[in-house]
Amino acid sequence: MKDDILLQINNISVVYSDVIQVLKGVSLAVSEGRIVSLLGSNGAGKTTTLKAISGLLKTENGQVTDGSIEFGGRSIHNLSTEMITRMGIIQVLEGRQPFKYLTIEENLRVGTATRWGKPYKRDMEMIYEYFPVLASRKKSLAGYCSGGELQMLVMGRALMAHPRLLLLDEPSLGLAPLVVREIFQIIRRINLEQHTTIVLVEQNANMALQIAHYGYVMENGKIVMEGKSEDLKENPDIKEFYLGLAASGDQKSFKNVKSYKRRKRWL
Amino acid sequence: MEFFLQLLINGISLGFLYGLAAMGFVMIFKASRVLNFAHGEILALGAYIFLTLVTWAQLPILVAFILSLMGSFILGFVIERLFLRPLIGEPLIYVIMLTVGLAAMFKGIMLLIWGGNLYVYPDFLPAWLALDLGPLTVQPVYVASIIIGLIFLSIFGLFFKFSSQGIYMRSVADNQPAAMSLGVHVRRVFALSWAIAALVAGMRGIVLGIISGINVHDLSAIGLKVFPVVILGGLDSIGGAIIAALIIGLLETFTGGYISPSLRDVVPYACLIFILLVKPYGLFGLVEIERV
Repeated sequence: MKDDILLQINNISVVYSDVIQVLKGVSLAVSEGRIVSLLGSNGAGKTTTLKAISGLLKTENGQVTDGSIEFGGRSIHNLSTEMITRMGIIQVLEGRQPFKYLTIEENLRVGTATRWGKPYKRDMEMIYEYFPVLASRKKSLAGYCSGGELQMLVMGRALMAHPRLLLLDEPSLGLAPLVVREIFQIIRRINLEQHTTIVLVEQNANMALQIAHYGYVMENGKIVMEGKSEDLKENPDIKEFYLGLAASGDQKSFKNVKSYKRRKRWL
Repeated sequence: MEFFLQLLINGISLGFLYGLAAMGFVMIFKASRVLNFAHGEILALGAYIFLTLVTWAQLPILVAFILSLMGSFILGFVIERLFLRPLIGEPLIYVIMLTVGLAAMFKGIMLLIWGGNLYVYPDFLPAWLALDLGPLTVQPVYVASIIIGLIFLSIFGLFFKFSSQGIYMRSVADNQPAAMSLGVHVRRVFALSWAIAALVAGMRGIVLGIISGINVHDLSAIGLKVFPVVILGGLDSIGGAIIAALIIGLLETFTGGYISPSLRDVVPYACLIFILLVKPYGLFGLVEIERV
């Protein structure tokens, strides 16, 4: 990765309520125009990492106690969410958080908050082009839309802000496999066509590694492995623990009596 | 029949006044879940600012009206900035208790400056505003209050439906973390909702002052009338608050007229209890959208 580094996290620690340490020295780098995926099991600290970047940590009584976060060369870990979003970092929260009582169109308009007063009609057209489903439901309340539609809605809403860096937190959560595939294709298109840098947090390691250029694996608040997606896909540990394949690459079979559980090498 | 029509019109204009006051109240509740107990005092303060500008500073009515609305708007901003912002992130009950304290403070300040006497505005509403409906005439004040009510309700309706700032305000009320993640300036939204609420309250104070004179205790007690209105309408529905306000306004004038003036203040509350038994969220309260 010899491109320009857009986001650089240096050895950050995050503590909630002054006592609960969630991140213990996380460092990662995201190059401009790339998709970087962040993998790991539940409670590994993936979401906390995203919130540390977007500044949303402060509203949850969390704090970056150590280390630094730099975006485009500027240190941002002490800035407020309003400032950070206006620099072009937009986080799409986990679990689809639509504005239930606003229509689809109004939901998209909230995405213009960082550039209030500027025209937004053309962006709206662009969003409808990426997500045709939304166009057909413009006037209906978001609360009545399906999970797949909502995921597209919250991603479209974030795109309305013209983000330089888009933080996606588990876009595949609770969606049908076909919808997941569609959403990942759109993520790839956004990255290619809008040159938006994307950090993708996922449980679905298989899908994430297919579209990401680079990946990090987190466990217990630390980064335990990193590498190009192709390399990670071939790594025996990743195969066993995240892709559900046997180390040899075949589907794991229980016919073999001796299929004992591998130990994670990094623990 | 004449009597009936007279009561009907009085009830409707009273309803519009309640509706305006309730609107400011609902706005603060929607954006920040705070029940503002100082509403009546902010309303009275608006009436006093207008009184001072008209009688002491001798400004033309229209100028005084606009200035006192601006004054109320700024007052709302200042309240939010000085008293409420430090409490962001604290439990809601602290904030609500703070508004109770604000109510006492404002009342004290008003008593200190203007005393407890009853003042009246000079008569300035033109006579042509009076509506001549054959056997009965509607007083200019009532016509003016209906007109002002309609104008402001439609302005705010359009503001919340179509303007970007209005949509941001609704998004904060709907899902605050999501609004923050998109860069909506949540503190600015709170400040704006207080400012707009104070403006609406101040305007209502002025109109009430025209109808029944200006006295600290009376005006701030009327401020409490918003509670039956907003609870009946459902705490977070502006449209519901207006319809509920009309219902309560009509109930009050009709009981006052047909049954007994001393029951005026009781019957609305009795009805409120009955309606809440049937519809616990109020007539138009937000029913949680659930996808099945």
